[in-house]
Amino acid sequence: MISIQTLRCAVLSTALIALTATAALAQKKYDTGASDAEIRIGNILPYSGPASAYGVIGRIEAAYFKMLNEQGGINGRKINFISYDDGYSPAKAVEQARKLVESDEVLFIAGALGTPSNSAIQKYMNARKVPQLFAASGATKFGDYKTFPWTMGWQPAYQSEGRIYAAHLLREKPDAKIAVLYQNDDFGKDLLKGLKDGLGDNAAMIVAEDSYEVAEPSIDSHIVKLKSSGADALVSITTPKFAAQALKKAAELDWKPTYFQSNVASSVGGVLKPAGFAIAQGVLSANYAKDGADAQWDDDAGMKNFYGFLAKYAPDANRADGAVVYGYGHAQTVAQVLKQAGDNLTRDNIMKQAANLKDFAPDTLLPGITINTSASDFHPIEQLQMMRFEGETWQLFGPIVTAEIGG
Amino acid sequence: MELLGNQILAGVATGAIYACMALAVVMIFQAIDQLNFAQGEMAMLSTFVGWQLMQWGVPYWGAFALTLLLSFAGGVAIERLLFKPLADAPILTHVAGFIALLAILNSVAGQTWDFTIKQFPTPFGWSPFLGSKLISTHQAGMIGVTLVLLALLYGFFQFTRIGLAMRAAASMPESARLVGINTSWMVALGWGMASAIGAIAGMLIAPVVFLEPNMMGGVLIYGFAAAVLGGLSSPLGAVVGGFLVGVFENLAGTYIPGVGNELKLPIALALIVTVLVLRPHGLFGRAVVKRV
Repeated sequence: MISIQTLRCAVLSTALIALTATAALAQKKYDTGASDAEIRIGNILPYSGPASAYGVIGRIEAAYFKMLNEQGGINGRKINFISYDDGYSPAKAVEQARKLVESDEVLFIAGALGTPSNSAIQKYMNARKVPQLFAASGATKFGDYKTFPWTMGWQPAYQSEGRIYAAHLLREKPDAKIAVLYQNDDFGKDLLKGLKDGLGDNAAMIVAEDSYEVAEPSIDSHIVKLKSSGADALVSITTPKFAAQALKKAAELDWKPTYFQSNVASSVGGVLKPAGFAIAQGVLSANYAKDGADAQWDDDAGMKNFYGFLAKYAPDANRADGAVVYGYGHAQTVAQVLKQAGDNLTRDNIMKQAANLKDFAPDTLLPGITINTSASDFHPIEQLQMMRFEGETWQLFGPIVTAEIGG
Repeated sequence: MELLGNQILAGVATGAIYACMALAVVMIFQAIDQLNFAQGEMAMLSTFVGWQLMQWGVPYWGAFALTLLLSFAGGVAIERLLFKPLADAPILTHVAGFIALLAILNSVAGQTWDFTIKQFPTPFGWSPFLGSKLISTHQAGMIGVTLVLLALLYGFFQFTRIGLAMRAAASMPESARLVGINTSWMVALGWGMASAIGAIAGMLIAPVVFLEPNMMGGVLIYGFAAAVLGGLSSPLGAVVGGFLVGVFENLAGTYIPGVGNELKLPIALALIVTVLVLRPHGLFGRAVVKRV
């Protein structure tokens, strides 16, 4: 039973709220986390633990927003970038996401890292209707706009990458006998699925598959096993340390297959140089971003911005580290969404603008690759270009390939 | 058949990695009668020190020797500063201390040298050893160094007074004190030596697995398994155990259906448990007899 008085009170206050809201509508709209003065952005990264190598992404993003703030912020508002450590533990990621949303009251979370952590917070973020923007993972499931309208990925999905390798093999080496080495987790399986989907009816070209665990000290024995299958093409779906080990072991065994190296471990300074340039000659991969250690970009306008930023705001950062390049391009995309959102800083509009990026080209993406999203396309970067390692650099070749994932 | 031979050889090569680490594990066990969980991270830090020295232009063997000295001093310092004050604390306190040390060293290395992998040079080269493509000269060199180290340790414990004193201090501290052995410094010496052996292990392992702050995580588990299998009180056992674990792991992963790759690491752990249940003193260790 509701008394007349309570009812009257409720009606009155509703009217009052409606009135204020209408007044604000004319000019500015805010959700929790945004105001005239600032925009609070949450972020979760593994600053400690097994994946702490990626922690540098957060430091670069923080530095990027510091630069924007010094230049006057975005549409006059300062960015308050709050980044927490989850140690690459999904349970902790959930805890940090709650803290960011409930206690720090951020407008949205951008760039939480890793497939496990993003999977863990996906349900919570969607239930609370807080954007989980540009999840730093290539897992295909972060572009599922129908089930999770508040979640969006950023980099090309691993499945796209797998399809591009399959297309290259079918075109250049249709009689190949393929061996696959993959990391036994979502990343490895996703890319392998893309490869198989891409091969389609020719999936029997894969003569051997072998997976490894990240806890293994050395993966030499897997390479020995794959070589004995008689394969003449190897797809190495590996992360940096294991990628270098695999390259080196294959060379030691004098095994020279057509060698595909997954993009996450294609960094010149971070993988190929430690493995040895001599043994990396002719290795194939696909990429969407420029390599920060590659001299061919020294005169590139976008990369000049990037180097200038590093010199001033992150002088300690290792530009050979792919994560540094990543953090910059990622932060730039977040900033673009905020620019487009203008004074309408509601969570709803943030999602709308994130799904309305048109031909946006961050400084660090390869020439010709742009970010495009729409209400039914939650995969911001979908283009890749094949590249071959020659001398001490990657040589891009062939066209920019768009590999949209069906279904 | 070719696959079998290849997997055994590859197993011996990886086994050398485990054997090296197991030696350091046995060394510290001889000195303090406990397993040091931070052993791997200490070795990793030593390897970074060696790498840094080489970056500064010190030639390989100079850096090698200097790293050994620094690691020895570092090991002694850790014992004096961290574990001597805890000498009378219960064993769980020590375990907590080891784990804290592990986390601290890992983060310090990450902070100082970042997490990208680094190439570590080898003095032995990478050409095929005796025409076999499966074992490189580096891996052969590593097996050689392990065996030399083993001989040195054996000699040290069997034939030197200080080695004997150290054994006495570890197994019967009170009696050792009564006959005039400075047990406290024996423990510190043990830490220093374990740390130096770890440094050798780290510098030999790094060329194979690449240097980065997490490089010893998995290696230490296999090192433990090797040491437990061979007997925690026996350096010879540790080395034999290392090779056995390396070969066993490869063969099980290749031939036992269902084990595959997913269960490779658990194999090491299952081995530890099995040995502890069936033969707690390992293949070569002395059984501990306690008077009650």
